[in-house]
Amino acid sequence: MSLSTSIREVSGVVIVDLSGRITLGEASGKLRDTVRDLLAKGNKKILLNLGDCTYIDSSGLGELVSSYTTAANQGAKVKLLNVQKKVDDLLQITKLYTVFDSYTDESEAVASY
Amino acid sequence: MQEVRELHLELGSTLDSADAAELIVQRLAEEYGFSAEQIEHLGMAARESMVNAIVHGNAYSKEKHVRFSVVVGPEKITVTVRDEGLGFSPTEVPDPLSRENILRGSGRGLLLIRAFVDHVEIHPAEPVGTEVVMVKFSSPQAGGQSEHKEE
Repeated sequence: MSLSTSIREVSGVVIVDLSGRITLGEASGKLRDTVRDLLAKGNKKILLNLGDCTYIDSSGLGELVSSYTTAANQGAKVKLLNVQKKVDDLLQITKLYTVFDSYTDESEAVASY
Repeated sequence: MQEVRELHLELGSTLDSADAAELIVQRLAEEYGFSAEQIEHLGMAARESMVNAIVHGNAYSKEKHVRFSVVVGPEKITVTVRDEGLGFSPTEVPDPLSRENILRGSGRGLLLIRAFVDHVEIHPAEPVGTEVVMVKFSSPQAGGQSEHKEE
């Protein structure tokens, strides 16, 4: 299953709904291009909704980190929404939970920026 | 009791091979009664080791292959991935958990492999390359609580 993305905006926050697997190759490239495109358009508040993303490999994790750092370097903020257990386990193992602000409630996430 | 089964393949240095390896390991583990979580973890360990072999070992070379083996029985599954690259020392891989590396965009594959199998060996292959051997036990009684070891 490849990665699909759809973009919507709520109260000035761009929410990227991600569905599928984020693995090395086309999927990680798609995530990278999506975030960079949003940043290029001047968006500073980006929320990645991982609710329908049940699998991420180390490259996908790396892409999440790169998205975070690329955004931070441009004065923008990438946060996570609806991280599923399998993915959360990976964030724990890699200690990336210390990097990302993560939310289970969309309204709360939007209000946090 | 199910007999031990072996599978030995020579795969191309493309990401399709990582997909195939993940699927093969998961199907065999399922066939031998491993739990859903174990199957998930085995698939990820197989994928990560294959990606390391394809990307870092063989550098996507069409002339180089990845030897992929699975030996599975009721008590344990052993997955071996061998590339034809220049080799590397696992001790020289930067610690992805350290503060200075936490924001790196890569370097977490070995960490995940170690987390998801019970035993890992990484050693130089002859005449070239690196061989990664991963073992996962079906239950603690079968040895599933043994310490992670590397040689």
